[in-house]
Amino acid sequence: MDNVNIKINGREYQVPKTSTILEAARMANIHIPTLCYLKDINAIGACRLCLVEVKGARGMVTSCVTMVNEGMEVYTNTSDILAARKINLELVLSNHNKQCLSCIRSTSCELQKLCNDYGVDEDYFTSNETETKKDESSVSIIRDNSKCILCRRCVAACGNVQGIGVIGANDRGYDTHIGSAFEMDLADTSCVNCGQCIVACPVGALYEKDDTQEVFDALADPQKHVAICTAPSVRATLGECFGYEPGTEVEGKMVAALKRLGFDGVYNMNFTADLTIVEEANEFVERLTNGGKLPLITSCSPGWVKYCEHYFPEFTDNLSTCKSPQQMFGAIYKTYYAQKNGLDPKDIVFVSAIPCTAKKFEVTREDQSAAGIPDVDIAITTRELGRMIDKAGIDFKSLADEDFDAPFMEGSGAGEIFGATGGVMEAALRTAAETVLGKPLERVDFEDVRGTAGIKRATYKLGDIEVRVAIASGLANAKRLLTRIREGKEHYDLIEIMACPGGCINGGGQPTQPASVRNTVNLREKRADVLYSADSKNVIRKSHENSAVKMLYDKFLEKPGSKKAHETLHTKYIKRGL
Amino acid sequence: MKKNPTTVAFQGTAEQEEILLSVIEKYRGVKGSMMPILQEAQEIYGYLPIEVQKIIADNTGVSLAEIYGIVSFYSQFMLNPKGEVSISVCLGTACYVKGSQDVLDKIKEKIGVETGGTSPDGKYSLDATRCVGACGLAPVVIINNDVYGRVKADEIDTIMTKY
Repeated sequence: MDNVNIKINGREYQVPKTSTILEAARMANIHIPTLCYLKDINAIGACRLCLVEVKGARGMVTSCVTMVNEGMEVYTNTSDILAARKINLELVLSNHNKQCLSCIRSTSCELQKLCNDYGVDEDYFTSNETETKKDESSVSIIRDNSKCILCRRCVAACGNVQGIGVIGANDRGYDTHIGSAFEMDLADTSCVNCGQCIVACPVGALYEKDDTQEVFDALADPQKHVAICTAPSVRATLGECFGYEPGTEVEGKMVAALKRLGFDGVYNMNFTADLTIVEEANEFVERLTNGGKLPLITSCSPGWVKYCEHYFPEFTDNLSTCKSPQQMFGAIYKTYYAQKNGLDPKDIVFVSAIPCTAKKFEVTREDQSAAGIPDVDIAITTRELGRMIDKAGIDFKSLADEDFDAPFMEGSGAGEIFGATGGVMEAALRTAAETVLGKPLERVDFEDVRGTAGIKRATYKLGDIEVRVAIASGLANAKRLLTRIREGKEHYDLIEIMACPGGCINGGGQPTQPASVRNTVNLREKRADVLYSADSKNVIRKSHENSAVKMLYDKFLEKPGSKKAHETLHTKYIKRGL
Repeated sequence: MKKNPTTVAFQGTAEQEEILLSVIEKYRGVKGSMMPILQEAQEIYGYLPIEVQKIIADNTGVSLAEIYGIVSFYSQFMLNPKGEVSISVCLGTACYVKGSQDVLDKIKEKIGVETGGTSPDGKYSLDATRCVGACGLAPVVIINNDVYGRVKADEIDTIMTKY
């Protein structure tokens, strides 16, 4: 790649000529503050915090959208620049709801940090704050525009990353605000609740619907049996809520904390990830050998399922009828476990801890009630779980590791990797291959389906049968892949789709990381590494070898795809359209 | 100025839709064509209600939210159809100083329509305009093609009896 010579703050550097000033400065380890910029997602020069001076240029330039050129001389921290950034922050604050003490993002707010760094006076410009409406219509996502700074990172996440675009900037000038077309409530749009807007938001304008009080209330009710299961990826990210580096595995501490919160049972959702795979692999082999509808597309990502129902309704018959691991767990708990332990399902409050805001919607779906009542009662995100642990006064870092409760404590390595893009595919291939071949695999690693690429394709031979697989994560990628399939340009037998880029480890319910981290650290890779390393260390690598799964089929479900399994673990979809 | 979506029922015809689709086809593959599409759509329908914006969204692949963002940004794009009785009140400097805001408020109250809006039955629409160049007659109200000068708020009831 061609380089150019530039000077930043008087020192000489060689940088690729395709870089922006911001990128060049970063390569030189010089920090330029940003609010609206988000690497690969949003670069629009709107917040005017990344201002720098360029010798010979008229006025100050926004470094996130200005390319370097040969001989350029850049100054990033002159007194004029610092003063301009401070004024711009004061202008942002002039129309900002400054109730910071109780704000959900207090201490993790990017605006708050910058104001602190620049010694900004909150009331330098006094004005009438624009009247705003809080949109609480969605079961997953709340928008409070009084906190919005119009950086449009959410708009870019929704439109560019997810290819959905149900939000945009409406009206003009002082009235500009982020909202849906015709000021529709978010719940009335084709929003899929993925929550990528939330993790993109630098301030407290977007957050998940907080269900933690409901969980605290249930825990305080002596009549209720309150159980929780934690999704595969939560153990890979929860530590970030307590100051651990991204990519730190905290399973043991997480279980210890949940037991201290007072749950009657703390279970491993990797168990139902395995159960999902056994059912799904069975469904796949059935469709493959009996001429059923192919490609079979995975259905464990509720954001993807709703996207499919809205945007690709013709593919709903391709979706696996398997419920997601979250819903399967609730279903098994309120049927098998309740019967076995003499519990009335109505007295059970089943909670899931998940990396996902769309799971909050999933618990409200119809046909997800194996015991006649909703399978899962409350779904809380990793962030909410972190807040609960904090609020309960549990010193997370000092906890000694503890184990999940029997009988649903065990998960295979295949269940571990469910939380990363390609993980469900690999897990399914391990089980499907052994079903087809009728003998154990020599190698269980399907490396072509790993990695954080948006779309992955591979072909495997299972005995005489050639299986063509594809994996997409991020809904814009899913759209690209499905469009090619619809046009008849590509053909597959098995497809895995996860709504969030990189899969659940980068889910909309995961701990928010500021742009300063997101722009420099490959979060998806670091978090996914936790899951793949857990898989490689696990003695059991295949879902169908999970002893709890085997026990469940022996005692309750009979065999994969049985009538009982269908009643308990499978569901239906709706063709929603737009 | 904030724009408010209309409450008037959509009366678009199949012929209008056909013309709109041919407009969209004409601009297919042309960069930056959303503005001319919206302008021509407004010529066809007189305004840009959700039904029209949806047709454009479905046939261009641009999201409805983005289209609405453009329409609500530019003051020349209308979300409301003109009423049978179209009322404009001048809020230019001279008219404003002479009390046109009171006149505007009185009309709003009288017909129950917000500025920039149209009554649900499609009968009345109300706009606040910039200077119409008749400052000597301030404050000025224009109803359809009739111009009323030196209007006082308490004359509105009498004037409106004609419409």
